[in-house]
Amino acid sequence: MDATEIGGTIAAPPAPSPAPAAREGALHVALIGNPNTGKSTLFNALTGMRQRVGNYSGVTVERVEGRYRDAEGHPVTVLDLPGTYSLSASSPDEEIALGVLLGRTPGADAPDVVVVVLDAQNLERNLFLATQVLELGLPTVVALNQVDAAAAAGLRIDLVELTLELGAPVVATVATRGEGLEMLKQAVAKAPGLPRPGRRFELPCEAAQALAPVEDALEAGGLTPSAAGMEALRLLAVRQPGRHLAGIAGLDEAVERAHDEIEAAGLSARSLEAEVRYGWIAEVADRVVTRAGGGERTLTDRIDAVALHRVAGPLLFVLMMGIVFQSIFTWAEPLIGIVEGLIGGLGGWVASILPPGDLNSLVVDGAIAGVGSVLVFLPQIVILFLFIGFLEDSGYMARAAFIMDRFMRSVGLHGRSFIPLLSGYACAVPGVMSTRTIESPKDRLATILVLPLMSCSARLPIYALLIGTFIPPIAVAGVFNLQGLTLLAMYLLGTLTALGVAAIFKRTLMRGKARPMIMELPPYRIPNPRSLFLTVGHRASMFLKRAGTLILALSIVLWALATYPKTDAPAGASEQAAQEAQLAGSTLGQLGHAIEPAVRPLGYDWKIGVGIVSSFAAREVFVSTMGTIYGVGAADEGSTSLRERLRGERHARSGALVYTPLVAVGLMVFYVYAMMCMSTAAVVVRETGGGWVGLGWAGFQFAYMLALAYLSALLVYQGGRALGLG
Amino acid sequence: MARSLAELDPGERGRVTSVAGDADATRRLMDMGLIRGTTVEVVRRAPLGDPMEVKLRGFMLTLRRSEAEHITVE
Repeated sequence: MDATEIGGTIAAPPAPSPAPAAREGALHVALIGNPNTGKSTLFNALTGMRQRVGNYSGVTVERVEGRYRDAEGHPVTVLDLPGTYSLSASSPDEEIALGVLLGRTPGADAPDVVVVVLDAQNLERNLFLATQVLELGLPTVVALNQVDAAAAAGLRIDLVELTLELGAPVVATVATRGEGLEMLKQAVAKAPGLPRPGRRFELPCEAAQALAPVEDALEAGGLTPSAAGMEALRLLAVRQPGRHLAGIAGLDEAVERAHDEIEAAGLSARSLEAEVRYGWIAEVADRVVTRAGGGERTLTDRIDAVALHRVAGPLLFVLMMGIVFQSIFTWAEPLIGIVEGLIGGLGGWVASILPPGDLNSLVVDGAIAGVGSVLVFLPQIVILFLFIGFLEDSGYMARAAFIMDRFMRSVGLHGRSFIPLLSGYACAVPGVMSTRTIESPKDRLATILVLPLMSCSARLPIYALLIGTFIPPIAVAGVFNLQGLTLLAMYLLGTLTALGVAAIFKRTLMRGKARPMIMELPPYRIPNPRSLFLTVGHRASMFLKRAGTLILALSIVLWALATYPKTDAPAGASEQAAQEAQLAGSTLGQLGHAIEPAVRPLGYDWKIGVGIVSSFAAREVFVSTMGTIYGVGAADEGSTSLRERLRGERHARSGALVYTPLVAVGLMVFYVYAMMCMSTAAVVVRETGGGWVGLGWAGFQFAYMLALAYLSALLVYQGGRALGLG
Repeated sequence: MARSLAELDPGERGRVTSVAGDADATRRLMDMGLIRGTTVEVVRRAPLGDPMEVKLRGFMLTLRRSEAEHITVE
């Protein structure tokens, strides 16, 4: 196929209206297309690194904007609208896309030019969205992408004919190789001067008559006649005007009347739009597409014969997930070491140049150590996002949802919830961020709320310390080790609880009818590395910005709590003894004493109380706090001196051992459930709607998890004692 | 003979005669081109028996048994 721009257009029916006045000199372009068309790759190829990522106000739909300069040096901004199959506005993504194109989404002006990206391999389904967009009457350019793959599959598409049929210029592109980009940029620059596109087919006479009052109401509400026509047809099937049309007088009534009239005329109001559009599309496809051969098994068919096989499919799935998690832990380990080394080095260097005292301590122990506690997550987050991005872009993610849907539905969730939950084993932060692929807001919320129950890698130091110290390495059934089994039990406990709580939420708070599992299984593709790295970069920087600022503030608060008031160490005391005395006398130590009555039923003393209070911001801090409290200096989960101290620790009054295996198990169960991670909380606030709404959900999550943690630890300790254990 | 899409075995194909059921689901199916007159082929079922994969208009689509039951084919 010839990848050239076809500049000729035929006059479209609606008379051209004046081109919108240039806004601040830049031409505003919106990019829209079905998922899996290579739209984002095209966007990245057009705009390169000059991108800004944010959110539309009030919804968690990602707003990605970039810019480029055209051949004459004029600035062009490009808005990458969410991938969508139609403008039905039945999901937040579709509603945003339609609102932006109509210029009715707050904070986003209507674009000067729309670029509709079509997958040349899948022209019929892609043209559905294109016909809707063309009817809005904005200057439109059609990018026919993946023409190379279509040609390889034996499809020939007549660009001249397609341009004539659509009434808008069509440019052939191969976004992955950057082909056709210059042509596309030229077509975009010329588009505002061309006649406007419009509807290309006639409605049945009765339908046109019945819809006329709806169109009038929409026009009175500020829509152009062309956009009103498109909206009227859409509303006939959807019958819910949606947020972007709120406040248009008489619209609901007009829609209901039109609906009844059309049904009375013997037409189906529900399917009218789809039938007239696809009817027209089938005729166009007949004239435009020629198939050479076809029908033979594609590579995707052959892969799916294995990947979705009754037996091999699930095995492959488990194997893939195993590899992903193994790599997260093994690859991230050295990187985490490097990050920790850099933070430690920076802290040491700053400590040496600042005069000793409170400022030194604030910067080193407060700010640098606090920000360091966020940065150590970065390697795992980046690696996990790389895998998620790879699975998503390659097409496997949809298969994973297909395989897991039946299982996830048993707890009321959707197949799409599986991968985010699984990500929670590594780190809840990327897991929560990846719930954006879940369409149903209720499913998404339920998934976010239970996700931190999956035992993340930050719990591992606590499990390792307590298991290594208090669980004897006894062989069980010959091959298993009690320590390993205990660790497995903690992971299972978290997982089963997450699924159980999700089931409860879905039957109560987040009740709603099951969302359909109507999903495309796209052809497999080799992901574009550039797009992959750009996405991972966006996500990582979003995490650092949001969580980083919050953690910095919180670390300083915690530092102050542990530093003031000052306790003078007795003369001649060792540095460790002085540290221990300081912590005991500080506000944090006093808080530990204050909560002692609350934690005593769990079998804890005030020192464990301090550990718990200090780990509110990041649970793994528990281990280092224990190190400080027990005066063994810098401690990690493997340090023998800390283990010795814990084993020998006795209650001040009774003289009984503080840590029995029962207390240790109860403490682990507490950390299985307690949501002690401010990074996660910060991301949950943002992903559940931000502002007060987001704070409310994050607060609810924190509270229910803390209650679960406390009650379970209580049950373990008191139940265990009643049974004569410990 | 009219049957529901859910009754078709892998490899069987049929022409859609009606699409009913939940408004959200039908809307989505229709947007994606599953309307009266479309030819649909059942490709396979998921390993746990549900959902199913069908082929229409040259692409692959998944849907659950509960959704397929409301689609009649001939």
